[in-house]
Amino acid sequence: MPTRALLYLVGALGAAAIPLTGIYPVFVMKLLCFAIFACSFNLLLGFGGMLSFGHAAFFGTAAYTTGWLVAERHWGPGAAIGGGALAAAALGLVIGGLAIRRQGIYLAMVTLALAQLVYFVCLEAPFTGGENGLQGVARGTLFGFLPLQSDIAMYYFVLCLFAATLAAIMRIVHSPFGRVLEAIRENESRAISLGYAVKRYKLLAFVLSAALAGLGGSLKTLVLGFATLSDVSQSTSGEVILMTLLGGIGTFFGPVLGAGIVVSLQEYLSELVGGWVMVVIGAIFVACVLSFRRGIVGTILRLRMRR
Amino acid sequence: MTEIFGIPLAAILGQLMLGLVNGAFYALLSLGLAVIFGLMGVVNFAHGAFYALGSFAALVGMQRLGIGYWPGLLLAPLAVGLLGMLIERLWLRRLYGLDPLYGLLLTFGVALIIEGVLQQVFGASGQSYPVPDGLQGVVNLGFMFLPRYRAWVIVASLAVCFGTWFLIERTRLGARLRAARENAPLLQSFGVNVPLLLTLTYGGGVALAALAGVLAAPVILVTPHMGQSLVTVVFAVVVIGGMGSILGAIASGLLLGLIEGLTKVIYPEASNIVVFLIMALVLIVRPAGLFGRE
Repeated sequence: MPTRALLYLVGALGAAAIPLTGIYPVFVMKLLCFAIFACSFNLLLGFGGMLSFGHAAFFGTAAYTTGWLVAERHWGPGAAIGGGALAAAALGLVIGGLAIRRQGIYLAMVTLALAQLVYFVCLEAPFTGGENGLQGVARGTLFGFLPLQSDIAMYYFVLCLFAATLAAIMRIVHSPFGRVLEAIRENESRAISLGYAVKRYKLLAFVLSAALAGLGGSLKTLVLGFATLSDVSQSTSGEVILMTLLGGIGTFFGPVLGAGIVVSLQEYLSELVGGWVMVVIGAIFVACVLSFRRGIVGTILRLRMRR
Repeated sequence: MTEIFGIPLAAILGQLMLGLVNGAFYALLSLGLAVIFGLMGVVNFAHGAFYALGSFAALVGMQRLGIGYWPGLLLAPLAVGLLGMLIERLWLRRLYGLDPLYGLLLTFGVALIIEGVLQQVFGASGQSYPVPDGLQGVVNLGFMFLPRYRAWVIVASLAVCFGTWFLIERTRLGARLRAARENAPLLQSFGVNVPLLLTLTYGGGVALAALAGVLAAPVILVTPHMGQSLVTVVFAVVVIGGMGSILGAIASGLLLGLIEGLTKVIYPEASNIVVFLIMALVLIVRPAGLFGRE
């Protein structure tokens, strides 16, 4: 469809031009990191039908790992991000392996509890800096020749990885693997009787989602220069659910839009409503669940289909 | 003094006793969750928030209206239960028949609203609630001095747990509640008001959480977020016990309280996470939960 190609082109050019517009680049980078996080969550919920209530465990573990690799082991940014994503994938293998033994709401509760376990480990472990977290993580030089200190250079680096994430998710969803995953989401017993090793598919989806969530977390550490307990906390797990729900579960760009809205809300809402941010976020949650279950992108797509 | 593996027996018994107190709270909270889930199919994420709300209701009742502990023990759960019924009527009801995940997400939003409002009104720092007259002082158990109030917590929550079990499994009302879960349209055609039953169920489950909150108020610091970490532990307890059965919820709540207490003696660093580790173990060995049915 040519209009779709045109839309992608406009989107890409717009994103590339953002540093010229005078918008604070660190804010946009933070937004992109959370967009990656939300897309990874959506891969699991929207396409795999599994609601993880503890996705911050992957995001935060990678954030800490990258911070530690850079600050203590003096790794370069590329390797540290890889290390972070790998750590998140390994954690995804463990948590996913346990969680997929149950389904639906039980899976949600299991992931919630295991994420709380990760939170307590991060609170007590010697390499996470406890309550203070890891501060002053340097961005370093990418592959030894690309310094990332300037926000512009870092922005394009983050943008590239964001685009790669979107492309990877589209590839995964449209692959034979993605189709089977969708079949499992729609009717698990039928997928089993068709001879698919359902558990293995679900586990792989979990690991992929965890790795991408880790990518978001690792990048966030480099962008902002710190990793803290809030990265592994229950509220971060809740936020990523809200982003996906608001934007549209099971759509490609919904989580991106949702991440944009939620991160902007957090940035500017506190000036407007003071300490009532949590109440407003909760109210958005309730409103979305009650009367806006398709989310923004989901609603737009449906309106277009009806035409 | 007798020792087991180099740990004084008195220390073990003491921590077991305190674990039993915690277990009594776990039992009461997971019972409320099990009632709401078992009879309505809703995972009530706001359970911890209602627990906190129960504590604050008792606190405000005492500070502003001069309502003492004993009337508060009845009135606070009643007030919170009414709020729960309102939420069921206005919001939760609209999600029946959809994927149960939406109920979980809705109650998560409700929890954020309640905790956010509590924080704005009362501040994030904690307040304390005095131990009621007549329950001050300690009981000498021989191996430890148990505060009289904590003994009361164990007795009270066991009595409430048993009462709830009796109500649901052994009375006419309970039979109707279970029938509503099994086949609502059929029950409705017999002239039973099923929507009202569901409203009452949610109100009752929420009131149980609030009751736990009032019971806890004199032994903990009352803060807006006191239920947040607790509800995660209780979810793990529910996964361990298996969500279907009411007795399972009670038994596993008490059992995990005891195990947590024991961990505090043997390896204190792990006491925060032992429940989650046991949950992982149960998932490997018996995914349906200790008392659950597939």
